[in-house]
Amino acid sequence: MDDGGPTAMIDLRDVRFSYGGRTILNGITLTIKRGEIVAVMGGSGGGKTTLLGLIGGRLKPDAGEVIVDGQNVPRLNKAALYALRRRIGMLFQFGALFTDLSVYDNVAFPLREQTDLPDALIDPLVLMKLEAVGLRGAKDLMPAELSGGMARRIALARAVALDPAVMLYDEPFTGLDPISIGIIGRLIKRLHRALGMTSIIVTHDINETLRLADRIVVLANGRIHRDLKPEDVTSSDDPFIRQFADGLPDGPVPFHYPAPDYAAELIG
Amino acid sequence: MMGQSLYDFFERRGRAVRVGIERLGIAARFTGALLGVLLQAIRRTALIIRELYFSGVRSLLIVAVSGVFVGMVLAVQGYEVLQRYGSAESLGVIVALSLVRELGPVVTALLFAGRASSAVTAEIGLMRATEQLAAMDMMAVDPMARVVAPRFLAAIFSMPILTLIFSSAGVIGAWIIGVRLIGIDDGAFWSQMQANVDLRIDIVNGLIKSAVFGVALGLVSVFEGYFAAPTAEGVASATTRTVVISSLAVLLLDFVLTVMMFRGLS
Repeated sequence: MDDGGPTAMIDLRDVRFSYGGRTILNGITLTIKRGEIVAVMGGSGGGKTTLLGLIGGRLKPDAGEVIVDGQNVPRLNKAALYALRRRIGMLFQFGALFTDLSVYDNVAFPLREQTDLPDALIDPLVLMKLEAVGLRGAKDLMPAELSGGMARRIALARAVALDPAVMLYDEPFTGLDPISIGIIGRLIKRLHRALGMTSIIVTHDINETLRLADRIVVLANGRIHRDLKPEDVTSSDDPFIRQFADGLPDGPVPFHYPAPDYAAELIG
Repeated sequence: MMGQSLYDFFERRGRAVRVGIERLGIAARFTGALLGVLLQAIRRTALIIRELYFSGVRSLLIVAVSGVFVGMVLAVQGYEVLQRYGSAESLGVIVALSLVRELGPVVTALLFAGRASSAVTAEIGLMRATEQLAAMDMMAVDPMARVVAPRFLAAIFSMPILTLIFSSAGVIGAWIIGVRLIGIDDGAFWSQMQANVDLRIDIVNGLIKSAVFGVALGLVSVFEGYFAAPTAEGVASATTRTVVISSLAVLLLDFVLTVMMFRGLS
């Protein structure tokens, strides 16, 4: 097991987080090496997105350490945190494009805000990122004119505009058609390789995950339930992983929301 | 049973008080954070000008038209009373003072709350609900400086200018009714106004009022938007709250400011 030496990009040590009295993460220890693609899976509301919030410094853990590229994220002041975030890209669940800016201006946004480059230099950078996601021709459209898949690709182009060292993906496949899912999956892999990034993908799309990830981390009950290779998923007999991989309605994750006894409630 | 309901009663009251105090605390921290980025935000004039356009310029028509009508109403009502005392030529003074001291700042602020503040709340609330603010924050761009502060500043800068326009339009409306239709002497209308409206006491005080209203309107609109629940319902109720709280704040502040500025003048 890696002990978080110089090859570790992200290192979580016994991280605990609760919100509104509910424990969401209950002691997560996870090391992600430079250059890895790690998929984080688990039921809805299981703390997957919370994990990204902690890594990006938008949330503070109740206990434990979150170390990204050698820096202890919860202890950073605003300036240091912003300096770190310039090296982190994040793709939000529905893209989170700025609706008042055109596609071009969305991708140019981080470049204009974070660099002193003149427009003449920003222009080819924006066009290159748009070309990488195949949407250079859509540069003058507004976000409202884009399909879900296109919006997600533009958001991806924006997220990698500053060539981040770490990419965080929050449910990148949710709500997309199969073709768009395939495109996004392939783009994630290609950008990951081309930019030499470390990527964390929070998702419940099992098929795409098996194709993409170097490692799959399964969260359950606020803990890491399993940490395994994609090829071991199909052969795993763990009931939780089986339920997830096969899409079974009932299992360790119950179909029924906790309720009083059915017969008793019907009879009154 | 009685003891239980009494207990519930106090528990509910207690919770309401606690939530109220909590919200005050949040508002205070928010204001602090906003003031903290103000210097940084004020240097980005392009962003402020953009918001001045949306909040200020786009409110011009409603403000000018309302001003004309309010001025015309004042003229009709004012003439009605003044001519009983044979001082119809004072119509210009009465209308101008009413507008510059009170109706200009107050009605403009109420119009601004409905036209511009509500839009700012809805916009920021939706930006938050669609994670645009979170995305900006993750790009190491402070949404407080980039989104919130320019809208706040635009309200402060727009309000005095819109108030001047409202009052001017009102005077023109009164002139149309008083001079053109009723037939008051044109020269008396303007010269009495010129002689009796003081720049410092009346016009500047009115502008100070409108700037103070601008601070309140701007703060309420960005605060409600920033803390709107990220749902359609949440944004809707935040927008409503903006209009209600802004209107009440304007009327309350107007009373306080009027007492401070105009008590014991004569």
